Amino acid sequence: MNNIAIKVDQISKRYRIGSKVEKHDTLGGALASWLKSPLNNYKRVKKLSDFKSSAEDDIIWALRDISFEVKEGEVLGIIGKNGAGKSTLLKVLAHIIDPTSGSATINGRVASLLEVGTGFHPELTGRENVFLNGTILGMTKSEISSKFDEIVEFSGVEKFLDTPVKRYSSGMRVRLAFSVAAHLEPEILLVDEVLAVGDTGFQQKCIGKMGDVASQGRTVLFVSHNMAAVQSLCSRGILLKNGGVQTDAEIASVVKQYIVDVTTKIEQEKLSDRPDRQSGDKLRIRSVEFFDAETRSPINSALSGQAISIKIAFENLTNSAIGDVNFGLAFYTDHGSFLFACGSRPSGRTYTIQSGGGVVWCDIPKLPLNAGRVRFTVHCDTKKDTLDNVSDAGYLDVEMGDYYGTGLVPAKHLQGVFIDYEFRASNK
Amino acid sequence: MLSCPLSSKMGLRGRSHIKTEVKMSQKNDHTTIIKAHSGWQILDWSELLHYKDLLYFMVMREVTVLYKQTILGFSWAVIRPVLSMIIFSIIFGGLAKMPSDGIPYPVFSYTALVPWLYFSTAMTKSTQSLIGGANIFTKVYFPRIIIPLTPVLAGLIDFFIALVVVGVLMAYYSIMPTINIIWLPLLILIMIMTSAGIGMWLSSLAIQYRDIRFAVQFLSQLLMYAAPVVWPASLIAEKYGQKIHLIYGLYPMAGVIEGFRSALLGQLEMPWDLIGMGFISGFILFISGALYFKRKERIFADVA
Repeated sequence: MNNIAIKVDQISKRYRIGSKVEKHDTLGGALASWLKSPLNNYKRVKKLSDFKSSAEDDIIWALRDISFEVKEGEVLGIIGKNGAGKSTLLKVLAHIIDPTSGSATINGRVASLLEVGTGFHPELTGRENVFLNGTILGMTKSEISSKFDEIVEFSGVEKFLDTPVKRYSSGMRVRLAFSVAAHLEPEILLVDEVLAVGDTGFQQKCIGKMGDVASQGRTVLFVSHNMAAVQSLCSRGILLKNGGVQTDAEIASVVKQYIVDVTTKIEQEKLSDRPDRQSGDKLRIRSVEFFDAETRSPINSALSGQAISIKIAFENLTNSAIGDVNFGLAFYTDHGSFLFACGSRPSGRTYTIQSGGGVVWCDIPKLPLNAGRVRFTVHCDTKKDTLDNVSDAGYLDVEMGDYYGTGLVPAKHLQGVFIDYEFRASNK
Repeated sequence: MLSCPLSSKMGLRGRSHIKTEVKMSQKNDHTTIIKAHSGWQILDWSELLHYKDLLYFMVMREVTVLYKQTILGFSWAVIRPVLSMIIFSIIFGGLAKMPSDGIPYPVFSYTALVPWLYFSTAMTKSTQSLIGGANIFTKVYFPRIIIPLTPVLAGLIDFFIALVVVGVLMAYYSIMPTINIIWLPLLILIMIMTSAGIGMWLSSLAIQYRDIRFAVQFLSQLLMYAAPVVWPASLIAEKYGQKIHLIYGLYPMAGVIEGFRSALLGQLEMPWDLIGMGFISGFILFISGALYFKRKERIFADVA
């Protein structure tokens, strides 16, 4: 069992990020640049794959000198923030993209699941798609034929096998696709967490199946930023940061390290200066602060059941007003599981934001959180586009509070949220 | 992803491969070596052979999907060349009085249209294929060459259906085929090689430079008038002499189309000069296309 299944040696991958396109204010300038544009465009497109010529300023290293080994039968979790290089690493190991330098040796049959249903064609029947998808994933026709009945049974779409997939509900399509993937029998499985889309039941099924694969002594590489899933599946973890391996250790300590990292980031970088945001050039969220709703004083930690107000400060960086703006906050556990979200649009409020700074408040009359630390994402958009979005924008420590006013809580140790409810006695 | 159960036990042996330029050696030890590649490589035929089922299903997908939800279905394979034949016969045969080597103009043009439409469709679709297939090949590994080859092979179904109609036309004009018909497979081979060669070249260019996508439609039109579809290649020899005629043969479809006329209609001698030249350039196109594709392959997922 001590054979090496995957040996990664100094793998690096670089990409070129687009350099800014010049803009012209005069007609003459625009005309000149239009005439020159084919040449410039050619240079720009060519540069995507040609790294010889120019300066290094617009090159990013998605992966830098990554080395690690995975033993046969080991289940390795790869974690890290968005843009840390998790998916790139998986794509390199799946042989989809070539590394810029370094090498990896993989001993055994590899299957990679970066999504389910690759190559599914809506016009083809379920049966045809099973064969197509199966061969794309690397099975032979005879392998699929021998497992065909199992695949169909597992998916539960027997009745619709000869119906074009475009007539399927999205749930049926995903079930059939996953069923094909689940019947791959590779020695090494590379899985991206995007696999775990769909409803919770399906996610459970995916994770359950991965657990099965792992318990059969196969090697699994699992990329995710759901710490709970990683911790339950994996024995060892690798934490990637800015394209490099930051920690390579037993899973619990890697997860802990990841959480510490996120907290440190939140504590050390001002929200308004955070570079890891989507958009943020028209409207930028400056800060998110928590207040006690009654005393109006800022708080660092809250109690379950407390009435709190959340102050979102922002600045419209343009010279004109932006209409129909929605603000939102989404809360996650420390391990990255979603808890609940508050959005102004769903609750019936959108705002017109004048140029300059401003503030919106979100009042939560009864904080439904259990004791522990929650992180939140802050978001702001119009119907058309995202104005600003920062994941892990901050955290809030919650102390045990008397949510139900009885001094008791139903399930202290469970994660999740409190809700209001009532029990009634009934004669019938 | 072969079905050998022993594989992982034999894993360590494969590590001695590290220094070699083997891209993906799926031998019995199933060791895959992933590293940066540069320079030219030849196509890995054994790997392609392993993925023959995938090629089969990709072709099937292309064929089944093509005429889904159409009323006329595979009749389109006949309608397209027949309509073109009618138009050409009226304009070029009737109005312009284009010479046709003594063959009735409808048969003359239809016999050319069958390989021509195959070629132009295969070339156009193959060029677009990588762009359209990006959602597949950025998600999973398989030999990428399957993608441009799929439309080239799938087009053969339409081609053979359309070819049957040549027989109908020949019967109508009471033309008997001659022994030269045995050369048809050779001509079809040149036709496939040329389409695949151009497809591999243009698809790997188009994935990075999307202009190719637009250019190929214009190119296809240009190549049609350059090919002896509406006029006989004998005009070249007549007007510009034998030397130019021979050079013209470097355009592989010239030999293929004139060859089709001779092989099927039997009133002319086989144009071996055109076919020979066409075979050479078609072969070069195919080999260079495969080499170029293989060279560019590593960047497809990066630029797609």
